[in-house]
Amino acid sequence: MAKKQVDGEGLDIPDRIHALPVRRTGPVVAGVIVALLAAMLAQGLVTNPRFEWNIVWKYLFNENVLEGIGYTLLLTVISMVVAIILSVILAIMRKSINPVLRGVSWFFIWFFRGTPVYTQLVFWGLFSVLVPKLSLGIPFTSVSFWSIDSSTIITAFNAAWIGLALNEAAYLSEIVRAGLEAVDPGQTEAAKALGMKRSLIMRRIILPQAMRIIIPPTGNETIGMLKTTSLVLAVPFTLELQFATNAIANRIYKPIPLLLVACIWYLFITSILMVIQSRLEKHFGKGFEARSIVTEDNGDELDGPVAVSETKKDRIARGNNVKMIGLNA
Amino acid sequence: MSEQATTQTAPQQGQHTMPAVEAIGVHKAFGRLHVLKGIDMTVMPGTVTVILGPSGSGKSTFLRLINQLETLTGGEIRVDGEMIGFKKVEHKGQEVLQTLNDKEIAAQRSKLGMVFQRFNLFPHMTALENVMEAPVHVKHMGKSEARELAVAELQRVGLGQRLDYYPSQLSGGQQQRVAIARALAMKPEIMLFDEPTSALDPELVGEVLSVMRQLADEGMTMIVVTHEIGFAREVADQVVFMDGGVVVEHGGPEIIDHPNEPRFKDFLQHVL
Repeated sequence: MAKKQVDGEGLDIPDRIHALPVRRTGPVVAGVIVALLAAMLAQGLVTNPRFEWNIVWKYLFNENVLEGIGYTLLLTVISMVVAIILSVILAIMRKSINPVLRGVSWFFIWFFRGTPVYTQLVFWGLFSVLVPKLSLGIPFTSVSFWSIDSSTIITAFNAAWIGLALNEAAYLSEIVRAGLEAVDPGQTEAAKALGMKRSLIMRRIILPQAMRIIIPPTGNETIGMLKTTSLVLAVPFTLELQFATNAIANRIYKPIPLLLVACIWYLFITSILMVIQSRLEKHFGKGFEARSIVTEDNGDELDGPVAVSETKKDRIARGNNVKMIGLNA
Repeated sequence: MSEQATTQTAPQQGQHTMPAVEAIGVHKAFGRLHVLKGIDMTVMPGTVTVILGPSGSGKSTFLRLINQLETLTGGEIRVDGEMIGFKKVEHKGQEVLQTLNDKEIAAQRSKLGMVFQRFNLFPHMTALENVMEAPVHVKHMGKSEARELAVAELQRVGLGQRLDYYPSQLSGGQQQRVAIARALAMKPEIMLFDEPTSALDPELVGEVLSVMRQLADEGMTMIVVTHEIGFAREVADQVVFMDGGVVVEHGGPEIIDHPNEPRFKDFLQHVL
């Protein structure tokens, strides 16, 4: 982060004020109290023998644990990617002029948001029992163009991510819809006036602006999904992190250290996701809330041309950075 | 109600030029609110028409009808002789109107450029990207060609040094000039201005008006809804005063100094 700027640095200001800051005791007292509490917590964590840190350390990089992390990440990524694509489609359908599309979208959201994800996962686990054959044909006739055994498609892994993705899409589509509705209708009018078609306006004008609003809650949902993957034992799919650590715990009768192992990894992955989120926010925040710099330079040709110098470009770039820090905090 | 607001009456010059925009008995209602009550107007190519009137008189609505941002309730608007918004089709042995589809509307809009009161620049794009957007994605022009065009249009409005600035980094006057350049990049035959200076600080109005004046001098057909009486007096070929959804008075710019209708006189007293 850039060092704090002093107002009017480098300018010739007569009688410049060099005042001492206000004396505040509150922050000092609060700091001492928080430091004491933190030290107590740290002492408890380190010295309490029941946490058994030696076992935590032993299993932190255990083969089954690492495999569990792999599957947890894979499930999170696949289900979020599918959910994001599906949610954008659902949100656009919801705002469509076609009443059939609107109805389908409404029903999807109503159903998948209205039933527990655990139940949905159980259902997907039982899918091949309920529907042994998947086929494409005309309903209520014997006409069939194509068919396949359900069990070859809906494996435990596929059932897990399908269940998670469909449920998540219902939630995300409401977030996407809120984002789309937050974009000024004047944007659509201006785009229409330029001869842009509905689909082009959505893709080029509305979605990129909505992204700025959609990303923070979607980051939230992704972190939520990381932990919701532990529910896939309902399918049952039994290779992800929570199940893997639990299995070891049951084998060696040490539940606490292995819960700690799981927590450490979940925290680690969440931290990485937070970094990715702030990068994305920075990308889609381009052009928003940038500080106006027109008052301080004079590059307007109507007033006589002045080349934009390097320092001015830097200043703009810095202006763009400054506003992002606030968003990430 | 057959007020034909026109100054150019072509016949005596023996030359039948088609009007750029022709409105015949235009009505518009929003729900039960009757906003426009029979507007007739003729705008000849290469002329500037300034529409004056108090807020709520329906002048912005009229402009939005021309560009099909609103749908006509009654009457007809022709752009270059072509009826907009609808086409005549045979239905059960009768000739009826059918609403145009997206593509047909887009084609009709391509003749018109529009500038909005609140600029409506795309905030996630730089000035240059704003101007390049429609040529690249609507006209499918190559990127480098579109860039050249966009730079030229931005230079034309005096913003050649502001290519890579985002709208939020520009003043209101500069933003509105980018919006004008963006509309011009689509090479419209007619430019519609919907209160282009109303959202600007007083000291920024002049730069936008001077760009508009320059456009008028170049022979662009323009319809301008504004409160800038000075601009109307200097630049307009035709002045139309609207109030309560009807054209109250119309004529050459001289009617500003010699209004006939009491309502127009009253309005001018309040504005000047």
